[in-house]
Amino acid sequence: MTNPKKHLKKRLSREKRFRFVTFLSLAIPITFLTFLVGHIFYQAWPAFFHHYIDLEINAADLQSSSFKESNPDYRLLTRQLLEKNLEITATPQQRRELPRMLSPHASDDLAITLEKLPSSPTTPYIVSLPTSAIIDQYMTTGDNSKLTANQQQWIAALETQEKINRAFDTSFWQSGDSREPEEAGIWGSIMGSFLTMIITLLLSLPFGTAAALYLEEFAKKNFLSRLIEININNLAAVPSIIFGLLGIVVFLGIFGLPRSSPLVGGMVLALMTLPVIIIAARASLRAIPNSIRQAALAVGASHAQVIWHHVFPLALPGILTGTILGMARALGETAPLMMIGMIAFIVDIPSGFTDPSTVLPAQIFMWSDLQETAFVEKTYAAILVLIVFLIMMNLLAIIIRQRVEKKW
Amino acid sequence: MSSTAKISVRQLQVYYGSKQALKNVSLEILPMQVTALIGPSGCGKSTFLRCLNRMNDVIESCRIHGEILLDGQNIYNSDIDVVTLRAKVGMVFQKPNPFPKSIYENVAYAPKLHGLANKRDDLDQIVMTSLEKAGLLAEVKDRLKDPALSLSGGQQQRLCIARAIAINPDVILMDEPCSALDPIATAKVEELIDELRVNFTIVIVTHSMQQAARVSQKTAFFHLGELIETGPTEDIFTKPQDQRTQGYITGRFG
Amino acid sequence: MPNLTDHIVKSFDDQLKQLGTILVQMGTMVESQLQQAIEALISHNLKQAAQIVDQDHQIDVLDQNVSQLAVKILALRQPMAQDLREVVSSLKISSDLERMGDYAANVAKRIPALPEIITNKQIISGLSRMGKAVQQIVKNVLDSYINKNTDRALQAWRQDEEVDALYTSIFRELLTYMMEDIRTIGGCIHLLFIAKNIERIGDHATNIAETVYFMVHGSHIQGERPKSDHTISNAYSNPTTKEKLT
Repeated sequence: MTNPKKHLKKRLSREKRFRFVTFLSLAIPITFLTFLVGHIFYQAWPAFFHHYIDLEINAADLQSSSFKESNPDYRLLTRQLLEKNLEITATPQQRRELPRMLSPHASDDLAITLEKLPSSPTTPYIVSLPTSAIIDQYMTTGDNSKLTANQQQWIAALETQEKINRAFDTSFWQSGDSREPEEAGIWGSIMGSFLTMIITLLLSLPFGTAAALYLEEFAKKNFLSRLIEININNLAAVPSIIFGLLGIVVFLGIFGLPRSSPLVGGMVLALMTLPVIIIAARASLRAIPNSIRQAALAVGASHAQVIWHHVFPLALPGILTGTILGMARALGETAPLMMIGMIAFIVDIPSGFTDPSTVLPAQIFMWSDLQETAFVEKTYAAILVLIVFLIMMNLLAIIIRQRVEKKW
Repeated sequence: MSSTAKISVRQLQVYYGSKQALKNVSLEILPMQVTALIGPSGCGKSTFLRCLNRMNDVIESCRIHGEILLDGQNIYNSDIDVVTLRAKVGMVFQKPNPFPKSIYENVAYAPKLHGLANKRDDLDQIVMTSLEKAGLLAEVKDRLKDPALSLSGGQQQRLCIARAIAINPDVILMDEPCSALDPIATAKVEELIDELRVNFTIVIVTHSMQQAARVSQKTAFFHLGELIETGPTEDIFTKPQDQRTQGYITGRFG
Repeated sequence: MPNLTDHIVKSFDDQLKQLGTILVQMGTMVESQLQQAIEALISHNLKQAAQIVDQDHQIDVLDQNVSQLAVKILALRQPMAQDLREVVSSLKISSDLERMGDYAANVAKRIPALPEIITNKQIISGLSRMGKAVQQIVKNVLDSYINKNTDRALQAWRQDEEVDALYTSIFRELLTYMMEDIRTIGGCIHLLFIAKNIERIGDHATNIAETVYFMVHGSHIQGERPKSDHTISNAYSNPTTKEKLT
């Protein structure tokens, strides 16, 4: 006979230990997750900002001998403006160093700005031009290993005049991919993802829901229907790259659809999402209590009326939640798209479903291969954007579930 | 008792797969009275009830032999439209099952479905009359737009009755309508059944023998898929002829 | 009536059994009260008579017990069919038995009032015969209740005709005595009441027989009970009037 008091003490401490172990199992992944998200934030932050040099322009600059209205040389104008603002006359050596202060597309920006202005401005005008990657790098981190002595001097001069400053980088959001880090943006891949998702949604939601309705409401429960059910469940677990192979063979090979296009990407991802949606839709159809069906049948509703008036509207929030989660998964998918050529260097922003394009996770994958510090930052920034999109989709799913779902 | 039967069931046999649920049941259900079906669980009384408006059609393995004549017409004939049949033979279930919609929409659903009202006013009229007949109007007339699920269990069940009578059926089938209700709500539903008897033929399945005794004029006792005994309710409960009936209603069933 | 199995609820069976036990106890007491009353009448034993009057109280208490238990069963068990008939019948039987006990006590109460002369007369043996006949009916009725045997009940029900006949003859005999000697009128009236009381006990016993029949079959005995009490129809000289007042 053991001492009951001792026994109780032992039991209580066992329960405490068990509780602690379970808590620890939760605490470890949360710590890692926090670290990961924090790291991404920290790394991504600089990519959202860029350093700009303010240059003063007046009418005289535009009428100078070297600047011709008919065939304007903006590269030359940019350099001249830098010289004027720094109050120097550049030597041939300095003429090579000066343009490297600014981003290679700074002269394009200048051109766009000037075209918007009235033909001959009377008052001096300030234009902000993006710095080059090495200058931005130096300004952010103080790493001067890639700068010449002249360049360092000029920056110091500009800093004293407060003509160099940091601002939100809009071009990151507005441009497509580029070899130059300061020109590379994610708008192209966001558009690509968006177009792809539209195709995926348009294909997988109606087909998935209809298939689920057939399986739940009409199919006889026999060997064949069970076989189909098992296969759909297995399909949801098939490695996604297999779907990419299917895309190559069927969509590109047999149908001859355009490579790298959101159309094909969307179709491949729809195939992948379809089983997820079917499973979610079936689950939410099955969750509708039989009593509702019987109630409708008993007042003389036909089978189709029961489905359209009662079962489907009640199941819709569940179906939508499942769809959003499936879409979120598709949004983060890269492997199947690799097979159909959507992981590619595409500069143009896609404007239609058949334009070649890439998607956000593919963009991240490609940037992560590049060595420049600026690309590392952009990689993290793109990851952050992707995560925000995913969180937003999940939030939407939660909101739909809470707001629209009815209890019975 | 001289009037002809509303529903005549003749030699009904029902199988679920290979299992026989009803064996050669013949029963006359008389108009404008309450017929109670009693018997232990699994005796086939619910199966019998569901045959009367063909709710068993939904079950794949269910096979039915024999005849069920509603006003002299076999409801299992191939030319009978099951939707029209169910408009004539309404049903109320064990658990209150209002649609997750407003009180008004619950009652208006069936009339709209069968095109009984062309104008909004007509529909309002039908909803009001049905709620009135179901004894619910006074309690809900100020909140017709409220969700039906905000009502109490007893009110929900009376709403289901209102929904069933909104299309003015001939027969109302009730499958243990009070088994999920408290005694007060049960009493209200029983009172309602007694009032509805004037206009409708009612068939009620119940586990409570007291309830069968209180609301019905005729009682049929089922056991193991057979109809053992049927007769006026007072006879069944005071001097049943069959030993099995006697055993069941006095609480001696093993 | 074939025996049913026990109830699923055991305590229900116990209560029904208890009800039966009290009734049998009451019946036994009534039977013994009647027997003793007739003995006391024959032997003119005043001490025994007083004892009988005292004991009547016990039967009344048992009647109340039956009422209480029956109401309790009705309220708590909601009996149906056979059980319902048993409980309702027990209420009727118990009140019949209680009345029978009262009549027996009433017989005993009148014994001291009888003058010695009358008690020696032949009339007492007539009363004793009638008493025996009623005792037999009561015994049959109780047996039929205990065994749920309707044959015994019907037998008892028919035996009452004999009692009625005996009562008629006693009535005529006493009428003759009273006409012969007006001094005997007081004693004869007491004897007449005693005879009437015993006859009433028989009537209540037939009531019980009818109740037992209803309890077992759920229906009433078909047809009129054979009757031989002609005292009333004779008195009014109207043989077509079927008397119902006895």
